[in-house]
Formats: sequence, structure tokens, C-alpha cells
Amino acid sequence: MTDQPVIEDLLRSLAPQVLGVLARRSGGVLECEDAVQEALIAAARHWPEQGVPDNPRGWLLQSATRRHTDRMRSETARRRREDRVAREPAPPPAPGADDSLALLFMCCHPALTPASAIALTLRAVGGLTTAQIAAAYLVPEATMAQRVSRAKQRLKASSAVFEVPEPGAPDFPERLRCVLHVLYLMFNEGYTASGGPDLHRVDLSDEAVRLARRLHRELPAEPEAAGLLALMLLTEARRPARTGPHGELVPLAEQDRTRWDRELIAEGTALLVGTFARRGRPGEYRLQAAIAAVHDRAARAEDTDWPQILGLYGLLEQVAGSPLVTLNRAVALAMVDGPTAGLALLDHLDADGGPVPDLHRAHAVRAHLLETAGDTAAALHHYRAAAARTTSVPEQRYLTTRAARLHQHAGGRP
Amino acid sequence: MPRYLLMVNHDGGAVEEPMDAWAPEDIAAHFDYYAALTEELVASGEMVRFTPLADPRLARIVRSDGVSAPVVTDGPYPESKEVLAGFNLVEVDSEARALEIAARISAVPGPGGIPTRQPVEVRQVMTDLAFDL
Repeated sequence: MTDQPVIEDLLRSLAPQVLGVLARRSGGVLECEDAVQEALIAAARHWPEQGVPDNPRGWLLQSATRRHTDRMRSETARRRREDRVAREPAPPPAPGADDSLALLFMCCHPALTPASAIALTLRAVGGLTTAQIAAAYLVPEATMAQRVSRAKQRLKASSAVFEVPEPGAPDFPERLRCVLHVLYLMFNEGYTASGGPDLHRVDLSDEAVRLARRLHRELPAEPEAAGLLALMLLTEARRPARTGPHGELVPLAEQDRTRWDRELIAEGTALLVGTFARRGRPGEYRLQAAIAAVHDRAARAEDTDWPQILGLYGLLEQVAGSPLVTLNRAVALAMVDGPTAGLALLDHLDADGGPVPDLHRAHAVRAHLLETAGDTAAALHHYRAAAARTTSVPEQRYLTTRAARLHQHAGGRP
Repeated sequence: MPRYLLMVNHDGGAVEEPMDAWAPEDIAAHFDYYAALTEELVASGEMVRFTPLADPRLARIVRSDGVSAPVVTDGPYPESKEVLAGFNLVEVDSEARALEIAARISAVPGPGGIPTRQPVEVRQVMTDLAFDL
């Protein structure tokens, strides 16, 4: 008998290695992916009872190879080649690093939508089953299976190649950016549940952290890869304090900071300091990590170094400006120069007429600043508007409660 | 086992005021009641899916004849009293059990802890071959 979690960890780390070897031998990574999934499922079923084999990687590879061969057998033209592959002895364990990295880069291909890229990455690199990914996204397994299969079709059509990208290649920065973005989205998806009451979901952010660690280990010279990992660790550190006993949202200013994970904060901070020692202008992940680090450093909310956060948001706006970044800068500005200054920045944002993607957040920020400024009626209006537009239950609960408090103070109830 | 869709309606219950006019502790009790019930039904294996719907002001109605451009209007109908707030898909032994769960949902506390008596429509779901095979 071996512990289930131990086996799951082992399977997840072996999955991309086995897929890589099988893909190299038979030529097509996408064709091999189903066979590897079946082998993983078989291992997850048998190993807890029969024990982990002496050479788990060889076991998985042999099992996946056999399944792959079975699949290909009906195609008579390929039969001879596949039989030969199946009879080959399992190769000695090799460093799987290159294959994992190549898989990650292939799954995070610019030809895919972010949602498809995340699903494919979780399956091929993370070793999660389609059922687990479907559970995480609260969709039926059949829907997720179709999404993964469509992603594969699109990759084939775009003739993506399975190879380790050369850090010197002209398209390397763009491809790395895509990988970082997909991992960032995966983390956020897990950290801020985008919908539903957050029941029985696979922890997407844990998986994102694991993959970011691997990426950083294999590309230690890439400062933004280190920055993204630092950002994840510094954000993850606050998770224990972020929700109340019933899953309700607790905002940063009201969190019990003694419940933050000091070890994660120390690790993230050290990683971040290392990246700033290098030359070059910091990119969006390093800057976001720096902001997270400033928050994490404050023992109490009122100790927060807001001028520094304001400066960092200013830099972030230059590097990767978006209405969301400006919203956050408005909050920081309000903390430094007062709510009126923050509100003026929001007016400026509205006047630009640019689309504010996260409409409920814009209302929520405005409501918060108006409340601080003492304009209760206007704040109430914007809290209500924000509550009506959010699709997250914990957020809706939080915003409705804020509105109710203001309503009470305004004399709506005794 | 049969599956039932339990459709929770916003209006038409015992509560007239919008939730943001309730006392904060009543809001907390309301959400906690729902969370506890959902957790219980997940644990018993009866809850297939719990899906609250976003605010009805965000809803749109689409009409199309398949030829001309689709007509998109705000929805649901403004004169309609009852608006779907969300739905639960449960898999239970009997219709009686589905009605029992619907009753628990309808009794979710409102202002002052008094049950809201939200109307819950119970509809059996047709067999879905794609999932059951």
C-alpha cells in the first residue's frame, strides 16, 4: 500500500516525461497523448493496491506504448512500424527536463485560445485527467474532452512542432510570454474562483505553482519566469486569510495577517530580490510580484508602504497598461493623496472611453473610494451596481453586505 | 436514478425588499444556509450541480428566424413577476425527495431570519445519453 497523494505526485511528474519519450519514438505527440492518459489512469488504479513498481517510469512507458500500439493497429499501413516500437525495451531513465519544457511550450501555443491552452497544459504537462480538469471548471467531462480534442486539432492545423525552443531563437520571447501568460491565468483561475460556490474543484493554482517552479528550474536565466513564480508564491501566501469560515471573501485590509504563510513570503521575496539584481527593465510579472511583496511585508494594513505601491503601479502601467492596472493605481493614489485624487483618476479613465473589461470591479473601486470620501448615497449606488454585475458568489455576498451596511447607516433601517 | 432541476425564483416569495436593504447578519445567514445545504447534498451524492444565475438585468433575449439578423433585447420581460435566480440539478431516489429538497431551498432565511418562501419549480430532466452511456 502506498499513499494516494504520493502516487499522484509521482504520476504528475512522470506524465510529461513518458509522453515526451513516446512522442519522440512514434513521431506525433498529439496521437500519443490519449495513450499516456490511459496508462496514467491504469497506474492510479493499480499502484495503490499492488504497490509502485520498481521502475515506475518504465512501467508507464510500456503501458502507454502498448495502448498506443493497440490504437494504431487498425491502421494496417502503420502496423509493422508500431509493432517494432512496441517490442523495443524501455530506455533507461533520461533527464526528462527537455521534454517537459518542449511540451509546455507546445501546449501554450499562440494558436490556441487561453482556455484551450490551459486545458491542454493541465492534461499533457500536469498529468491531470479530463475528469479532474472538467471538475475544476465545473463543466461536464464530455465538454472538457471536446475542448481538449479541439485544441489538439487546432495545434495540428497550425503545424506546431514538438521541440525545445532555443532561447536564442527569434520567436522565443513571444513563445515564453505565451507560456507565462497561460500559467498566470491558470493560477488566477484557481485563486479567484470565477463562478460557483467553489466546491470539489481541483486546485488549479497549486498546479500552476508546480509548473511555474518547473519552468523556473529549467530556465533560471529568465527573470520574468522567476518573477511569475515569485508573484504566485507571494499571492498564495495570503490564501489562508482570504476567506472566512463560510467561504466569504475577506478583503486585504481586513485579513488576519498572522495567518499568512511566512515561509512562502520568504521564498517569494528571496526569488524576487534575485531577479531585480539583474540588468534590464522589469516586466509585468516582476512588477506585480514587487507590489505583492510590499503588501506582504506590512504587519498591519496601516503599515503598508502605499507610496511605493503607487510608484510600482505607475511602472506597471507603462510596461503593461490596462484599465485594470489603472483601477489599482487609483486605489493606491487614494491611499497616498486621499479619495478625491483616486476618484479623479477614475473619471479620467471613464473619459478615455476605453472599454473597462471588468465592469463590476470598476464600480466596486469607485464605491469604496466614495465611501471613504463620505459620499454614502453615491457609494451605495455603486456597490449595488457592482453586486449586480459580478458572477462570483463570494464577491456578490461581500458587495451586497457592504451595500447593506451603508443602507443601515443611511437610515434605511433602524 | 431520476434527475430533477430545481429552479429557484427571485420574486414571488415572502420578501419584497432587495437583499442590499437587509441587515448584514441576515445576508450572512441567507448565504450560510445555502452553503450548508449545498455541502450536505454534495456529501450525500445527490447534488449534480448548483448554479446561481447572474443578475437578471444582465440577461438578454435573442430572437432569430435564421435568415435576417438576430434581434437582441433586454430580458427577461419587465412585467414578469418571477425571475429565475439559479438552479440546482439533483439526482435523487424519488420525486418525493426532490420536493423535500426544494422545500429546504424555499425556506432559506430572509430578513429577520424569516423564511423567504421563494417559489422553487421542480422539473424532471430527460435522460441525457451523452453522460449516462
